[in-house]
Amino acid sequence: MTLRRAWFPALLALALAAALTFLTLPVVAIFVDRSPGDLIESLGEEGALDALWLSLRTTAISMLIIVAVGTPAAYLLATRSFRGKALVVTLIELPLVLPPAVAGIALLAAVGPAGILGETIETAGIELSLATAGVVVALTFVASPFYVRGAMAAFASVDRTLLDASRTLGASEARGFARVMIPAALPGLAAGGALALGRALGEFGATLMFAGSFQGITQTVPLAIYDRFSTNFDSALALSAVLVAVSAAILFAVKLVQRDDVLGGWGEARA
Amino acid sequence: MRWLAASLLALAAIGAGATGCGNDDDDGGGSASADSARLVVSAAASMTEALEACAPEFDGDEGVDVRLSFAGSDELAAQIRQGVKPDVYAAANTRLPDELYDEDLIEKPVEFATNEFALAVAADSAIASVHDLTEDGVKLVIGSESVPIGAYTRQTLAKLPPDQEKAILDNVRSNEPDVKGIVGKLTQGAADAGFVYVTDVNATGDELEAIELPAELEPNVTYGAAVVKGAKQPEKGQAFVDGLTEGPCADALEEAGFGPAP
Repeated sequence: MTLRRAWFPALLALALAAALTFLTLPVVAIFVDRSPGDLIESLGEEGALDALWLSLRTTAISMLIIVAVGTPAAYLLATRSFRGKALVVTLIELPLVLPPAVAGIALLAAVGPAGILGETIETAGIELSLATAGVVVALTFVASPFYVRGAMAAFASVDRTLLDASRTLGASEARGFARVMIPAALPGLAAGGALALGRALGEFGATLMFAGSFQGITQTVPLAIYDRFSTNFDSALALSAVLVAVSAAILFAVKLVQRDDVLGGWGEARA
Repeated sequence: MRWLAASLLALAAIGAGATGCGNDDDDGGGSASADSARLVVSAAASMTEALEACAPEFDGDEGVDVRLSFAGSDELAAQIRQGVKPDVYAAANTRLPDELYDEDLIEKPVEFATNEFALAVAADSAIASVHDLTEDGVKLVIGSESVPIGAYTRQTLAKLPPDQEKAILDNVRSNEPDVKGIVGKLTQGAADAGFVYVTDVNATGDELEAIELPAELEPNVTYGAAVVKGAKQPEKGQAFVDGLTEGPCADALEEAGFGPAP
């Protein structure tokens, strides 16, 4: 009897154990393959800090653009119905599922020097390919759908009576958006932003194809990791460890913001 | 305790699953013929077109299913150092195979082909010589230091007067991980010039033009290959390496513009 009842929980545990082992082992290996001292030391090597600094700058600029444009766009999509909305949402979300190599080719075809807008951009005196601005374009392209999607869900889940109440009290829609909707949707906006941030930090393929790889100009941390893989595995590991730590911190922060079940209800206890 | 038991069971299952997958691949991986074995070849990106052209014929002759994996020779060497075991390693220089041989990771390498190092520009480019690269604003794309094409490039530029070398290196806008990345940036118009192999220029048809370098600048580009130690198919691997100097793959290399082994 007990055996017959136990098979299903055992199967669930089996699946969880398999998933946990498979997903954590490679990440753990990054930290245990070399001693922490070696890892920190190789971060000081030429180019590693350049890559970190460049990743930080390009990701920050991308996030500013994404939040500034994505927030109102997501608000519109979440609060209005119009013909073709499903199509618009699908188009906006498409880069989510595009392989990075496709994103790189697509950017070259659109805004590369030989692309459909290439001449216009060149005439305007803007340089994208093989330039830092190109990295920002690549990061923004691949990461923004993560934010817009999260922001749409966040706005949609805000209790509409709040906004209606502010309107009844005479506030304009712009005021209602800024004073009511954004604060109410903030946890969801932060979660979407964090996912976009993580994606932007990790961007590799589109950046390499569209912006190239040059230390301090276009070589972000993922590109620096690939560049070091063949000659300096320690340095590649150290940079990977930094990315893992930052990504884990982002994820953890999101869980906290969402008052999710962090470490067995710790977040809820605090809330 | 139940959790512990379940977890251990799960780990055992993962292990069994992994082994099972491996067997499946070995049995059913062949597409050339029902009982053909799989031969994994890690080759320098510059040989992409040539080896893809001759692989089907080699499959038929040897009754194997060749799986080609192209990347920068240095990335492939790094994979082998990390324990990846293809059957054959074919690099765009002799230094990396020699290093791997000294580290006891591959059998004794053989030199099987040569290539010509060249400056590649768009077919309608105004750039006509290496010296034109010193001008301000020229966008130059080269290989990263670790990949053979990047090493040949730096070696070549070092033979120029120091001021010219510096002016040219100052125009470098991207250090690409392999030769295909350089060619892509050129065909897309993202860069004005790049140092590649003549065979890469040939592979683009008329899109790019190769500018030959003065003889005193040109590096000696020799390709080396060997069977990897611990290869699953050492005999077939040796047949593939031999075939790089005689047989369909040697012919395909020649057709692509590679020279015979020195």
